[in-house]
Amino acid sequence: MSNHPLFQLTLLRIREFIREPEALFWSMIFPIALAAGLGIAFRNQPAAVLKIAAVTPRLAEALRQEKLLDVTQLPPQLAEQFVRTGKVALVAEPAADGSVVYRYDDTNPEGRQARMLADQAIQRASGRQDPVTGSDRIMREPGSRYIDFLIPGLIGMGIMGNSIWGLGFAIVDARRKKLLKRIVATPMPKHYYLLSFLLWRLLLLVAEVGVPLAFGVLVFGVPMRGSGVALIVMSILGGLTFSALGLLIASRVRTIEAVSGLANLIMVPMWVVSGVFFSSQRFPDVVQPLIQALPLTAVIDSLRANMLQGAGFAQVAPQAGVLAAWLVVCFGLALRLFRWR
Amino acid sequence: MPGLISEPQTKAALRVRNLRKAYKDVVAVDGIDLEVRSGECFGLLGPNGAGKTTAIEICEGLTEPDSGDVELLGLRWKSDVGALRQKLGIQLQETQLAEKITVLETLQLFRSFFRQGPGADAAIGVVQLAEKRNARVAALSGGQKQRLALACALVGDPDLLFLDEPTTGLDPQARRQLWELIEEFKSAGRTILLTTHYMDEAERLCDRVAIMDHGKIIAQGTPRELIASIGVEHVVEFSTGSVALDLAGVRGMPGVRDVRSENGAVLLQVTELHQAVPALLEELGRQGVPLTELRTHSATLEDVFVHLTGRHLRDE
Repeated sequence: MSNHPLFQLTLLRIREFIREPEALFWSMIFPIALAAGLGIAFRNQPAAVLKIAAVTPRLAEALRQEKLLDVTQLPPQLAEQFVRTGKVALVAEPAADGSVVYRYDDTNPEGRQARMLADQAIQRASGRQDPVTGSDRIMREPGSRYIDFLIPGLIGMGIMGNSIWGLGFAIVDARRKKLLKRIVATPMPKHYYLLSFLLWRLLLLVAEVGVPLAFGVLVFGVPMRGSGVALIVMSILGGLTFSALGLLIASRVRTIEAVSGLANLIMVPMWVVSGVFFSSQRFPDVVQPLIQALPLTAVIDSLRANMLQGAGFAQVAPQAGVLAAWLVVCFGLALRLFRWR
Repeated sequence: MPGLISEPQTKAALRVRNLRKAYKDVVAVDGIDLEVRSGECFGLLGPNGAGKTTAIEICEGLTEPDSGDVELLGLRWKSDVGALRQKLGIQLQETQLAEKITVLETLQLFRSFFRQGPGADAAIGVVQLAEKRNARVAALSGGQKQRLALACALVGDPDLLFLDEPTTGLDPQARRQLWELIEEFKSAGRTILLTTHYMDEAERLCDRVAIMDHGKIIAQGTPRELIASIGVEHVVEFSTGSVALDLAGVRGMPGVRDVRSENGAVLLQVTELHQAVPALLEELGRQGVPLTELRTHSATLEDVFVHLTGRHLRDE
């Protein structure tokens, strides 16, 4: 067993990987740090208190009745300057005819919200009675927060990046150093060499998916509502597809610079459009079919559907189809184009 | 198989006929014929760019020739790839092995590709890397890396060993160490084909040599035969300092075939050293001229190459 070429080749992959501390950092630690950072930055807060300014004590007094407003009384010029620089969302000033003027930027949601709250406070202070009373019942559901959206995106991004960089770099480096040529000068069956990359990717996939997933679930309580088996199958399918894409990228290139360029050319657009950090639905309808046909979109959408909506195999079948198509085409092309020297 | 009957003497380990390979604008190998006999060390000697590497890589089955025939150990690449790969040991020019794995791990990897052969540790012993057994490849010196590459060629217990420029770029001590190893393989009866542009390497290691230039083989034979073929056995080089010498007297000495002045020294090409040197000393005494420098060397493959091409091997 330990003398089997496939075992030795896979061992080579693992050794080269774990003896490169940078690789370990970028593929394991970095995604966690990113998830933690973004999770904290975009955590859902109780409705924010808005800072506004009033130029007279009477207005300030009236506005302070509203709990969601943090009111400062400022001289008119300073108040003007504060609202321009965004230090306050709104300034309330009395007009000559006894009405109130609100200065705010109507393209800023905080400005519009401050306008509503401020006006309500002023009206109530002037004696308005609300005809109907309403009461609040608050629901904060895991699964609808940004971190819940983010974790599947980061997992998908990790699978793609690690597969493409991992295969691309290792193969081009071996070709550049003539190690590929040396290895085909032995009786090793050629497909073992390529197969060793797939085995190594599958091993690494356990950590690539498991680590950010565990982090999300344990630290942020990200839900996992779908079938675990479906999650594993989709991750493996994604890992194989991106490995095939990495193999294709590396099939002929001879320099690290060229393979980096190619990898970025393929990955950066997908980072943007495939819904890692924000929903791919924000792009126009015309390009949606194109975006849905990208492998990263398929991986992320299926992981999200699985984890957040509890989708099983049937619901992610279209994505599985997209990935299988990419896998077959990329692997077939890579085998045809691959150069050992 | 007519070869079995018509050539009963020594079996050929490698037979190359009319091999030709052209790249876009150069003919790298221009119709060469070679025969490496079983158990011998055969050298392909020539300057950089002569086509040695292309020729050896065609023999190794790594490059497809445009035309010609290659037969190794009675087998051919087209029909017997699997069997051939098991029987050949190959060291390529300038291969960099994976840097982050150790000597032992490298050899375990290469050993796993072959059905039979010595274990990784045995190969480490043969190339004298036992001290570096657990060192990473990145930590090895140039000579040690080259010996590891040699060990990788040996783990399949090959019947035929190809070494492409095994000592290029090494310091003199590392070269000598590698030569000793190759000499051990020779005495163990291995068949070796090596390429080199060092004439001293070819002279020391090879039973027979083919001199290659511009894709063609311009001479072939044992180093002794090749040197004898140019009709000069020794070169005597001397200087008389600033005192002028009448060269006519020197020219008439017995056994002197050629007299040349080069950089203030005089070079004599002679057939018999034991006659030429006393005659030279006598002639200098007769003319009353002092001798400030005297050197002799036996003719080398370098002299053969110069004789055949008018260029030095090391000229670019």
